[in-house]
Amino acid sequence: MDAQITIAKRIAQELRDGMLVNLGIGISSLVANYLPAGIHVYFQSENGLIGTGPVPEPGMQLRLLTDAGGRPVTALPGACTFDSAVSFGLIRGGHVDMTVLGGLQVDQQGHLANWMIPGKMVPGMGGAMDLVTGAKRVVVAMQHTAKGKAKIVKQCNLPLTAERQVDLLVTDLAVIAFPGGRATLLEIAPGVTVADVLASTEAELIVPEQVLTMAI
Amino acid sequence: MKAVSVEEAVAIIPDGASLMIGGFMAVGSPERLIDELVRQHKRGLTVIANDTALPGAGIGKLVSAGLVSKVIASHIGLNPETQQKMLAGELEVELVPQGTLIERIRAAGHGLGGVLTPTGVGTIVEEGKRKLEVDGKEYLLETALHADFALVNSFLADYLGNLHYTLTARNFNPVIAMAGKQVIAEADNIVPTGVISPDQVHTPAPVIDYLLMNG
Repeated sequence: MDAQITIAKRIAQELRDGMLVNLGIGISSLVANYLPAGIHVYFQSENGLIGTGPVPEPGMQLRLLTDAGGRPVTALPGACTFDSAVSFGLIRGGHVDMTVLGGLQVDQQGHLANWMIPGKMVPGMGGAMDLVTGAKRVVVAMQHTAKGKAKIVKQCNLPLTAERQVDLLVTDLAVIAFPGGRATLLEIAPGVTVADVLASTEAELIVPEQVLTMAI
Repeated sequence: MKAVSVEEAVAIIPDGASLMIGGFMAVGSPERLIDELVRQHKRGLTVIANDTALPGAGIGKLVSAGLVSKVIASHIGLNPETQQKMLAGELEVELVPQGTLIERIRAAGHGLGGVLTPTGVGTIVEEGKRKLEVDGKEYLLETALHADFALVNSFLADYLGNLHYTLTARNFNPVIAMAGKQVIAEADNIVPTGVISPDQVHTPAPVIDYLLMNG
């Protein structure tokens, strides 16, 4: 299975009925494609929309209705729109149940760095710092390694996104949580061994007696 | 409120002015005002906005034309020109978390000295800022952000200058409309007074100084 699809499918299993969810760009945005049957969630676009729907049919786009990347979307029945102050009040104020964000690095305590590589790539943090600070649950979606280099490290050397630790990290190889601030392996992807995960991880990873295989 | 042509409106803006500009990736940006800023070649501008859009769209046109000396924004990642000019030292960029940026603007427009936010605590965003503890939790003091002009785009304006925004084109617009020392509104549609019912007015007419006329 494609690495991004593995990640998106596994994270979609974290969605619960009635949640308000904010998805970041990239792999994170794919989670909406794998919503479990019978579950209704509200998707927020931080540019001012709850009830974000799929991409419109060809010829039905509206310039005034887009996602946070400026791409045309639809609004589902029951959707609502608001200004940016309300949008970030929802985020910082703890009203967003879950956010899914990409990552450049996650350290063994669960700190996330995802907004700049000094001197190289400075896109800006956008809404990421507010989301990690304020969402009830923070899930990171990222490839386990980048060009063979570990992204799950002992300590982030890139600027952090927030002081707060993330709740769950899902990669193409593993599912990792951070109980008590210690990276703990919960699941491995189908066809992957614990040894594979450890070989691709710089952080100290706690391996419990039982490690499940992702049910995807 | 005074109804003006786009040429008259932009003639009021001096070189070196600070401008808050509505829009999110150019959705809800005042494109006629932006095009006229380029035509009149207003230079040395400070732009306060969510992002710098893309080359050729919205605020991206001001960046391409070399009219901007400083940007205060939350995200410039989708405009490679902004990043190139920043790395080349031609453009100063201050990056602010999006929720903090909109609150700093809101504070200015609402008569507050600033806001206390947990966003940025423990990151490089806290450098040089006062940290306060309230009820055992740490916050950064983020100060109010003012501007000489707010350039606002709305879906509807009535003859008095009451504004109504639509869908995701609202974004920063109603917040900057409260914060600019002078406020210039560009509406997609001008409608007779009364068409926008009182509950549908997002920005009250008395805060608008200039409304662009059609044509």
